[in-house]
Amino acid sequence: MNHAYGPLPRKEDARFIRGQGTFVDDIVLPGMLYGAILRSPLAHARIVSVDANAARAHPSVVAVLTGDDLAERGLAWMPTLLGDVQAVLATDKVRFQGQEIAFVVATDRYAARDALELIVVDYEQLPPLVDALTALDSGAPVVRDDLPGGNRIFDWTAGDKAATDAVFAAADVVVGCDMLYPRSHPAPLETCGAVADYDVVSGKLTLWSTSQAPHAHRTLYASLTGLPEHKIRIVSPDLGGGFGAKVPIYPGYLCAITASMLTGRPVKWVEDRSESLMSTTFARDYHMHGEIAATADGEILGLRARVLADHGAFNAAAQPSKFPAGFFHIFTGSYQTRAAYCEVTGVYTNKAPGGVAYSCSFRITEAVYLVERLTDMLARELGLDPAELRMRNLLRPEQFPYTCPTGWEYDSGDYPRALQLALDMAGYAELRREQAERRARGEYMGIGLSFFTEGVGAGPRGHMDIMGLAMADGADLRIHPTGNAVLAVSVQTQGQGHETTFAQLVAQELGLSPDDVDVVHGDTDRTPFGLGTYGSRSTPVSGAAAVVAARKVRERARLVAAVMLEVDADDLEWLDGMWRVKGDPDQALGIVEIARAAHSALELPPGIEGHLDASAVYNPPNLTFPFGAYICVTDVDPGTGEVKVRRFIAVDDCGVRINPMIVEGQVHRGIADGIGIALMQAISFDENGNCLGGSFMDYLLPTSLECPSPELGMTVTPSPHHPVGAKGIGESATVGAPPAVVNSVVDALAPFGVTHADMPLTPANVWLAIQGRPIRTDLAAS
Amino acid sequence: MKITVTVNAADYTRVVEPRLLLIHFLRDDLRLTGSHWGCDTSNCGACVVWLNETPIKSCTVLAVMADGQRITTVEGLAAAHRLDPVQEAFAACHGLQCGFCTPGMMMTARWLLDSNPDPTEEEVREAISGQVCRCTGYENIVRSVLWAAKHEGGDHSTGGDTDEPRLRAAPP
Repeated sequence: MNHAYGPLPRKEDARFIRGQGTFVDDIVLPGMLYGAILRSPLAHARIVSVDANAARAHPSVVAVLTGDDLAERGLAWMPTLLGDVQAVLATDKVRFQGQEIAFVVATDRYAARDALELIVVDYEQLPPLVDALTALDSGAPVVRDDLPGGNRIFDWTAGDKAATDAVFAAADVVVGCDMLYPRSHPAPLETCGAVADYDVVSGKLTLWSTSQAPHAHRTLYASLTGLPEHKIRIVSPDLGGGFGAKVPIYPGYLCAITASMLTGRPVKWVEDRSESLMSTTFARDYHMHGEIAATADGEILGLRARVLADHGAFNAAAQPSKFPAGFFHIFTGSYQTRAAYCEVTGVYTNKAPGGVAYSCSFRITEAVYLVERLTDMLARELGLDPAELRMRNLLRPEQFPYTCPTGWEYDSGDYPRALQLALDMAGYAELRREQAERRARGEYMGIGLSFFTEGVGAGPRGHMDIMGLAMADGADLRIHPTGNAVLAVSVQTQGQGHETTFAQLVAQELGLSPDDVDVVHGDTDRTPFGLGTYGSRSTPVSGAAAVVAARKVRERARLVAAVMLEVDADDLEWLDGMWRVKGDPDQALGIVEIARAAHSALELPPGIEGHLDASAVYNPPNLTFPFGAYICVTDVDPGTGEVKVRRFIAVDDCGVRINPMIVEGQVHRGIADGIGIALMQAISFDENGNCLGGSFMDYLLPTSLECPSPELGMTVTPSPHHPVGAKGIGESATVGAPPAVVNSVVDALAPFGVTHADMPLTPANVWLAIQGRPIRTDLAAS
Repeated sequence: MKITVTVNAADYTRVVEPRLLLIHFLRDDLRLTGSHWGCDTSNCGACVVWLNETPIKSCTVLAVMADGQRITTVEGLAAAHRLDPVQEAFAACHGLQCGFCTPGMMMTARWLLDSNPDPTEEEVREAISGQVCRCTGYENIVRSVLWAAKHEGGDHSTGGDTDEPRLRAAPP
């Protein structure tokens, strides 16, 4: 019986509805200074000189840091999470518009901004590399003249090329397409920021920062600054969203730390919205060519993909280091295929660094988009209904665990059931009839499907690490003498409700109420080590650690209960939240009584030293593989190109749902993201490398008027290896929704002969597609 | 410049720079950090407070423009420690996740219900359309405002009627 699971209102809401959350910018310390960053207006230029003398003379300015100042301390460059280096403050040249050049520290935030105006930088302008497709051309501007390899970062392949080519050569039908998954930005409503407080007496640095991975950050700062790791405390307070943007460390954090060590005073730095959009981690930017091979009657035989990945000026993606293209090679998706092969080449350009962010499950977003677009194109080519084609090719329940052609082992699934539920909820046949009627009247209605398989919850530690830190997470569980519990975890909520869900997990295992369990997170001095929250790994990894720790507590409690009841421990069974004597279930003790006894004068059994507390580190045996079937209904105005999302049906299977209310909230968010990414959110650049998405005036986010009321459904296929059968849900809809929206719009435009158009499907882009004039959406319209 | 602003029914007199934004006056000078700053361009609405009886984006108003005016922030929403129905609604209907947009959303919701006690879903969506939420897809914010409309005037007992079946499960 899952007494503690269910749609429990969230513990964290009490402070937020009163306006009493504590976000980084809410923190004010005595004597605190404010930092501001001078950024490059140019995408590519050699720095001739930086003159900060006038800024230093400003009456409110306490310090100015330039690249040279940092170089004296060995801090001008920092390692990225993928083995590259990134300039903290530029010393040689600037490589993207918005790059950090100097850091001003002043007594108030307005004065710090004023002083930026007083810094004179002499630039020697260089031709920028903007179009990733030309990065490997001879004569292309070289972004990283500090490295030997030109603009090529990596070449990476997965799958069996010969087998795939053979399957393609023998196939009845091959359909292929170039498609761009454009650059976007996660744009959490709270931007990144930090308050650094270095105590010169104790030598201890406390850093309040917007961090999804406080423990990993602590280790990184230790190696960067030379401070011993036990003298660094990272506090990640309430985070106003993250979505991947708060996984890396950014130059601003390091500048705040350095400035605090230099001045001996706390230093706050909070980026503004334009700084956030122009310099912190972007997402996607994959130029893909995909091909799908099939028999004439619609059996999918193989998939091929060639990708050019634009990583910007520094290779600063945050993902397991073994996989330079993330998990993209899961691109066979949810279908049976005989063979698959992909090649990914990463290149530098004069754009902001990043690449893995925005709820993308380490590039599964791009992979699912590719296969779901190709599946729709194949259906069109064969004259088959896209739902029918999918149903024919979906993996069958009896095939699980299933190893895909590129090596991923999917843990569990019942795909046809999920798709059928989505079709039933949509009234699919009726929708197709309505579409035919509307088309006859000259109205353009689209029905788009996507079926996705996600892979979330990294490790296992043997395969996945970031900078040598294996992806496993700890949990410490303390049981107070009165039976209340405090769980400390390494992961960091950004709105996902860990304080509630994790309390439910522990309560369920120990027969407690979730009210009796407090969850501590976001403070490295108070929580065990772990790699943090991203890639939907909190419940699959840290949640599992919490359950394992709770089960250890339960076993300790069993030994104590045996002494209390004067029976053998083997004669006890855990039933309905208590240890009960087998055959005499009324003789029973709950955790509350047992905890008190464990702290009492009772003579304890061997191995129990005096409390019930337990710790665990969870090393996941595999990813969990949530999946889902989505259907999007759109109406397109051919005169203006405007797309209206009329309905969005989402069937998700994330295994056992601990708090279904929170799960549904996660899906709601991802659907909004999917609509935004498909229809409006993209960051493009002009020929000079100027960022054209540098504010919310230009980088459009969906509002309440663009997001429909989603229709949600679920199936539950437990993960066989997670302790409670749960899978991650944080990114499913961000992965699954964009292809459903695009497939829907392309379906609406079928009468015009449109087979594909790149995101974002803004009115202008849709109108041009109707005219047969598709455009490059990553470059400025010419 | 010396200004006196009534914030949540208390008078504050401060000397401020003429260029100081109202959001920074509230957050930095008065330490009322419930209202948030989220963009530079009046697009996101994390900073929405009331100027007299009207919701405004406080990143687009100078503190000196509020001289002699009444400002209400999220900290003034609960009267005498009793939560406003809008606050209860957001908790009951999971109308927030990270909580960053929530204060601004609630201030707009309170204004809407004062002027339109029984709004339609479309009216709610229109009212909050100048504000951005990155977590909820707006769905549960809309439900929260509609819940609050139903529970105005003291009937704040439970969130029970949010439990109506919204989710369809597959047959086993």
